[in-house]
Amino acid sequence: MAGTATKPGRKTIDPATAETWRAWLRQMLLIRRFEEKAGEAYSLGKIGGFCHLYIGQEAVAVGTIASLRPDDYITASYREHGQALVRGITPRAVMAELFGKAEGCSGGKGGSMHLFDASLGFLGGHGIVGGHIPLTTGMAFAIKYRGTDQVAICYFGEAAVNNGAFHEALNMAALWKLPAIYICENNRYGMGTALERASAIYDISERACSYDMANEVVDGQDVLAVKAAMDRAVERAREEKLPTLLEVRTYRFMGHSMSDPIHGHYRTKEEVEEQRKRDPIAVWSGRLIADGVMTEDEVKAMDQQVVEEVEDAYRFAEEAADPAPEELFRDVYAPEEN
Amino acid sequence: MPTLTYRDALNQALREEMQRDDRVFLMGEEVGVYQGAYKVSRGLLEEFGARRVVDTPITELGFAGVGVGAAMVGLRPVIEMMTFNFALLAVDQIVNSAAKMRYMSNGQVGVPMVVRGPGGAALQLGAQHSQAFESWYAHIPGLKVVMPATPADAKGLLKSAIRDDNPVIFIEGEMLYNTKGEVPEGEYTIPLGVADIKREGTDVTIVCHSKTVAVALKAAEQLAADGISAEVIDLRTIRPLDTRTVLESVARTHRCVVVEEGWHFAGVGAQVVDTIQREIFDALDAPVLRVTGAEVPMPYNKQLEKLAKADPAKVIAAVRQVLYVD
Amino acid sequence: MSTKVVMEALSPTMEEGRVVEWKKQEGEAVAVGDVLAEVETDKAVMELVARAAGTMLKHVVAAGATVPVSELVAVIGEPGEAVEAGGNGKKAEGRKDGKPDAPAAAEPAKPAPAKPDSAKTEAPTPGAPAPGTQPTADRENRPTSMPPAPPAAAATEGGRVKASPLARKIAAERGLDLQGVAGSGPQGRIVQRDLAALSARPASAAAAPQVPAFRPIPAGEPFADVPLTQIRKTIARRLAQSLGPVPTFYLTIEVDMERVAEAREALNAAGQGKISFNDITIKAVALALRQHPACNAWWQDDHIRYWNEVHVSMAVAIEDGLITPVIRHADQKGLRQIAAESKDLAGRARERKLAPEEYTGGTFSVSNLGMLDIEEFTAIINPPEAGIIAIGRIAEKPVVHEGTIVPRKRMRLTMSCDHRVIDGATGAQFLQTLKGMLENPLALVW
Repeated sequence: MAGTATKPGRKTIDPATAETWRAWLRQMLLIRRFEEKAGEAYSLGKIGGFCHLYIGQEAVAVGTIASLRPDDYITASYREHGQALVRGITPRAVMAELFGKAEGCSGGKGGSMHLFDASLGFLGGHGIVGGHIPLTTGMAFAIKYRGTDQVAICYFGEAAVNNGAFHEALNMAALWKLPAIYICENNRYGMGTALERASAIYDISERACSYDMANEVVDGQDVLAVKAAMDRAVERAREEKLPTLLEVRTYRFMGHSMSDPIHGHYRTKEEVEEQRKRDPIAVWSGRLIADGVMTEDEVKAMDQQVVEEVEDAYRFAEEAADPAPEELFRDVYAPEEN
Repeated sequence: MPTLTYRDALNQALREEMQRDDRVFLMGEEVGVYQGAYKVSRGLLEEFGARRVVDTPITELGFAGVGVGAAMVGLRPVIEMMTFNFALLAVDQIVNSAAKMRYMSNGQVGVPMVVRGPGGAALQLGAQHSQAFESWYAHIPGLKVVMPATPADAKGLLKSAIRDDNPVIFIEGEMLYNTKGEVPEGEYTIPLGVADIKREGTDVTIVCHSKTVAVALKAAEQLAADGISAEVIDLRTIRPLDTRTVLESVARTHRCVVVEEGWHFAGVGAQVVDTIQREIFDALDAPVLRVTGAEVPMPYNKQLEKLAKADPAKVIAAVRQVLYVD
Repeated sequence: MSTKVVMEALSPTMEEGRVVEWKKQEGEAVAVGDVLAEVETDKAVMELVARAAGTMLKHVVAAGATVPVSELVAVIGEPGEAVEAGGNGKKAEGRKDGKPDAPAAAEPAKPAPAKPDSAKTEAPTPGAPAPGTQPTADRENRPTSMPPAPPAAAATEGGRVKASPLARKIAAERGLDLQGVAGSGPQGRIVQRDLAALSARPASAAAAPQVPAFRPIPAGEPFADVPLTQIRKTIARRLAQSLGPVPTFYLTIEVDMERVAEAREALNAAGQGKISFNDITIKAVALALRQHPACNAWWQDDHIRYWNEVHVSMAVAIEDGLITPVIRHADQKGLRQIAAESKDLAGRARERKLAPEEYTGGTFSVSNLGMLDIEEFTAIINPPEAGIIAIGRIAEKPVVHEGTIVPRKRMRLTMSCDHRVIDGATGAQFLQTLKGMLENPLALVW
């Protein structure tokens, strides 16, 4: 495991790094406050359908996307609010999408599970477990086909690794040597089924051995560790044109979706409480304070700023208009000029 | 005009489109080194190389998804399914990914991809290899479904399908690959969504597509000997359906029989019948009848298989029924 | 369990029916909707159809028997099953009020009461579906199959007319009343072809004397083929049995020819060729046929072809026989043209120089023996035409005219009618029109 490389300690942090680190904390806080607000809006009936929160996994989105270039491609599962925000879709556009409004990043027609911003290379949240993994292989195929040095990355949960799409996609990526990074966010539960009740092997990273693919396990609650592992994977993809399976061990503090209890029958309250002690935000803010990059007050002020930004997004989403009725039939097919 | 097989017409279309547009590539099982399970891709590997003619493992779901992903970021994949029976494994990618991407993304991300290969029964291939699935795909908003019946249509429609910005399900026929016909050389495209009147007639309209076009034409010929003039309409594209051509014809003939290879329940013909009764109810002199495959898994036995298929005799019987001549 | 087949009321007024022919013999398998027998009602020959599936166990009455409505005629059941329906001819229990029973077999099969454990206690017999039921998959598997046909009675059932949408549209456009029209489609559905020869009439015309109204032929069509109705079939069959292949009857009418004679004199005085009484009669016949297209028709064995064009055949005696050259579109030609043509045709007929198309294709004939002093005669129909007019001599006869007995020129016309096509009243009305025209010959000129 590479997760122990980031022990805090008093040392001199150069200003640029400090700036980056503060930015990461801000991104993690943004995800946290955004998701809390989304949960509130869901319970008020302002958000419908399924809504899968990212609380507890913030360091994964922040640490991985920090390694990417703007022209890289990102595909994610339906628990993708965090990645969307980190990639740069505004809180207003994401919240409006959750509210189903025309100003949403998918025009209100995608919803929580289908956030898109093609201009940011954010190519969707996808709703079928594992179904989007081959898409990333396809994007990596296109990168190789065109001979550019982009990277295609894919987020999915540990439950997806048992299905055929995962194996087929990874096999082809390894076979054809494609610049793809498969990020398994192992949050221990596929809905209510624990990893060990679904997978014959415990270490998901080992699945890559079947395809002779590089792999790594990383502590997903430590943003610096995630970033370091991701840097290695990105370099492998960009320079060596080889794929990686990155297993990021994290934990979901909330239920599977808003309609699920936080623990329920499949895990104990105590287990959740225990995991909360390694809240990635607390871990990271603690590190920044310990390293003298930020003071506690600065963290609080940053948090307050983020809360206001999320409140603004909420008001924006609430006031935004529904899509016009004629939107119903738009974009089923491409416009008729070809 | 040169005479080509349906197979070579498809080959020509692929070759021309790959020459025309570097974004177009062919991917599937046995398309390269083996030269295509049905030799549709013969010679393409030699001409375009392994970058653009890509042999895959036997992973229909996987490589269909690869096609979708590549299309999402700007390539124009042609994904060959060795047969559409195997494409069942890829239905998740076709339906959940390809068909919905543009809509879910509010028009930001399209999937200009062709999924092509033979569909329906050939001869004695048994239950799992003899299935016509066009109505499944035609059910899905976001997909186009194209089924050429002749070599010329195969070329013109495949070229249009490859240039189309939508996912196109392009279903060929194993029994059609060897059929011959005149095929225009070079640039020749047929717009998707336009049916073709394969034979003109006045007493009854026979609507058909793909392999049943030959069945309908044969029936029409025999009916003519009995003084019955049948118009044969080849839908060519199942979705979008050219309802106008069908309706104009039935409004003239007042009677219609819809023929298809697939099963009866919720088949393509059911959609055609729905349109006719809704749009031109008052023009009908008889209920529209359908001739379809039997509602059974395809049996292996030759005689039973014959019974299960739509044939000219069944079409003739239906036509006589709508004409009240028996 | 056996099912009784009773004589059904196949017309609203039927009290008894004659079993013309059994279509299902004893021992034969019967499906719901199969025609069991042809039954002649007071109106027509109808089909008695099976309302239950099984095997025809017994004909309780023989073909030819006349049976009151609701009386038992046959039994359907399982092969080998004992017929417990009672002796031959034994009456099924009828209602006291004299109305026919609902046919026993027409009752919908009552499903067995659902029992939660019925699967255990009552193992169904494999391969023996209940009468009238089919496995769903099998039914779906027969895409072109029609639902079992109820009795092919008139298209009207309880006031509702069964007609194809197209037929309804045509009827609405042309102001036709579909009520009472015999439909030739399944279950008596009125379809487009049934309207081809139906004439416009007000939707609820007061019941006029029941002379079959003629049905107009769509403009632009030379003729319309009309399938035979049951009654037409029956008339054809019976009369042919009685009188030979062309069951003919004859109608004679006497026409006052005074005004025709005056008109003819005036016309001939103007020179330009001579017009004969025969020419005038041909023209009048043609115009009258235009008004009575029911007489301008061909018998075609399984249908009647009603002509929208009038081509009058004219019998010409020639050496060793006769020939019938045709004046085409005689209704549209002037008298002088008819005169010229008839003269030319007759001349060339005698020289045997007619081309086949000049003596075929007539839709109605005239034959004239008046010049040979024949008072009246009956001419033989020239098939497939359905009528011929025999023209007698014009002679001065004492008639009561405006209250006094005066001598007037009179002529007798006798029409031979093919009864399969033309009924008595139909022919009579035609002759009335013809007489009117000849007695007011201005109609011919205009």
